[in-house]
Amino acid sequence: MPYLELKNVSKGFGSNGSRNDVLRDINLTVEQGEFVAIVGFSGAGKTTLISLIMGLLKPDSGSVRLDGVEITEPGPDRGIVFQNYSLLPWLSVFENIFLAVDQCFPDWNPAKKTEHTEKYIAMVNLTPARNKRPHELSGGMRQRVSVARALAMDPRILLLDEPLSALDALTRSTLQDEISRIWLENKKTVVMITNDPDEGIYLADRIIPLSAGPGATLGPSITVDLPRPRDRKALNHEPRFKEVRRQVIEYLLNSKSKQHAAITRKLILPDIEPEDLNLPWQKRTGRAAIRPGEIKSETIEIP
Amino acid sequence: MKFSKFKFDWLILPLIGVIAVLVLWQISSVSWAKDLPTPLKTWQASRPYLVEPFAKRGEMDQGILRFTWYSLVLVAKGYTLALIIGTPVGFLLGLSKPFTKAFDPIIQVLRPVSPLAWFPLGLMLFLSAGKQASELGALFTIAICSMWPTVLNTAVGVRAIPQDYLNVAKVLKLSPAKTLFKVIIPASLPYMFTGFRLSLGIAWLVIVAVEMLIGRPGIGGFLWQEYNSAVYEHIILCILTIGIVGFALDRLMSLVERRFKSA
Repeated sequence: MPYLELKNVSKGFGSNGSRNDVLRDINLTVEQGEFVAIVGFSGAGKTTLISLIMGLLKPDSGSVRLDGVEITEPGPDRGIVFQNYSLLPWLSVFENIFLAVDQCFPDWNPAKKTEHTEKYIAMVNLTPARNKRPHELSGGMRQRVSVARALAMDPRILLLDEPLSALDALTRSTLQDEISRIWLENKKTVVMITNDPDEGIYLADRIIPLSAGPGATLGPSITVDLPRPRDRKALNHEPRFKEVRRQVIEYLLNSKSKQHAAITRKLILPDIEPEDLNLPWQKRTGRAAIRPGEIKSETIEIP
Repeated sequence: MKFSKFKFDWLILPLIGVIAVLVLWQISSVSWAKDLPTPLKTWQASRPYLVEPFAKRGEMDQGILRFTWYSLVLVAKGYTLALIIGTPVGFLLGLSKPFTKAFDPIIQVLRPVSPLAWFPLGLMLFLSAGKQASELGALFTIAICSMWPTVLNTAVGVRAIPQDYLNVAKVLKLSPAKTLFKVIIPASLPYMFTGFRLSLGIAWLVIVAVEMLIGRPGIGGFLWQEYNSAVYEHIILCILTIGIVGFALDRLMSLVERRFKSA
């Protein structure tokens, strides 16, 4: 049985008239100890996908299961690293991580909690900055705190939501190496969302493209059977690396071009007042009648 | 070069402003407002109150800082009361939609009511307290007039907490109490302190009006008494003192506020 399983998951936002399908028919299985990367365009619904696994959102249809149990709410068994770090600015590095440790292991004595926290600060090489506040740290350092916090919770699965996309290229590659090293040490189950195919291939066991939205869905899963630890420099000349990258990018670009071109135009409709409106007074139907004057634009799809 | 520019901006220009007002005052007092004491006369009449700021010569004849101190003590009590009531109400407004819907209209109606209108109600409420009635009425008035900025700013602060922080609380499954103390209160502190500062400003405005009504020793009481005994120089002394103390309080609070903003 797969460890994490998403079955026919769909999710949309908005209601009735202006409904917006974000994800359609998502099927994903992740085995225990596997590192899976999901690559897609920005705005395709990647964050929605991870929020569904996190339990911050509920799917409209389909199911999300972790170890056979349906996910209904967020919980510390799924550690998450947000794109924007999400550290509490009034707490120091130590306190940010300690808050998570304290919450996940309430039975431990204080000395053990402190020791555990220190261990993870050391793992991301931040011991010298343990008493600094997030605003005193660089973006890369903040993201390392966020990674340490997620790992210190000892989650069953680690979710990385575009963890490195706010960073500059050099910091990015350093942190990629660091994530790769930490993963080899821990062998956690990881689902990483990214917009960089190279990053996905470098880090993951499997890479899955997410087609362009709206109504994005997952493409074919591509196994990255490159030996670890991977060498960033050598990787660029590896035929298998090039092949995987070609497949991923081809799928992504095809999905974008298949998308229907759409024209949105503004409409100015006359707001006609009827002489006699004998409609029954509808209460509590949850859906107000739309007057023509309220429709401000119209989108026409061209096949 | 830079230093002289600094001196010009912070010393010379403000001085020019002060001198311009003094000149206008002097001209007014010798031309159209014959009852207005000149700056020089005001200074001469105020001297004993300024050189011995803590002297106590009689119930209504005390050094200016002694009067200020009485007023500040009363303000401190009323203001503390306002914060104790206002902050939790603000949190409720920020956290609960039904609570907002229920109480926002009444707050909007009570907010613009003048302290002069509240005071008789305060006196009436504590009528049975006898000698203490006027003091309790004053506290009631200060508290109810000055708590609104705290209430509203706290509510806005709670509503403006970034979703990221709340997501952290959700992911960690913090209990409601822990979410409140570890996330919601620290995140809304900057807004709360803006409210506290504005509230203190209002409390200081209210004290003068209230003291005039109860005729209690204090800066406002002194002002009103000197008007009745036609010592107009002291009215100006009181106005300047009230202004300077109000300004100092505001500066003090904004220093505290800035400390929390940078955190």
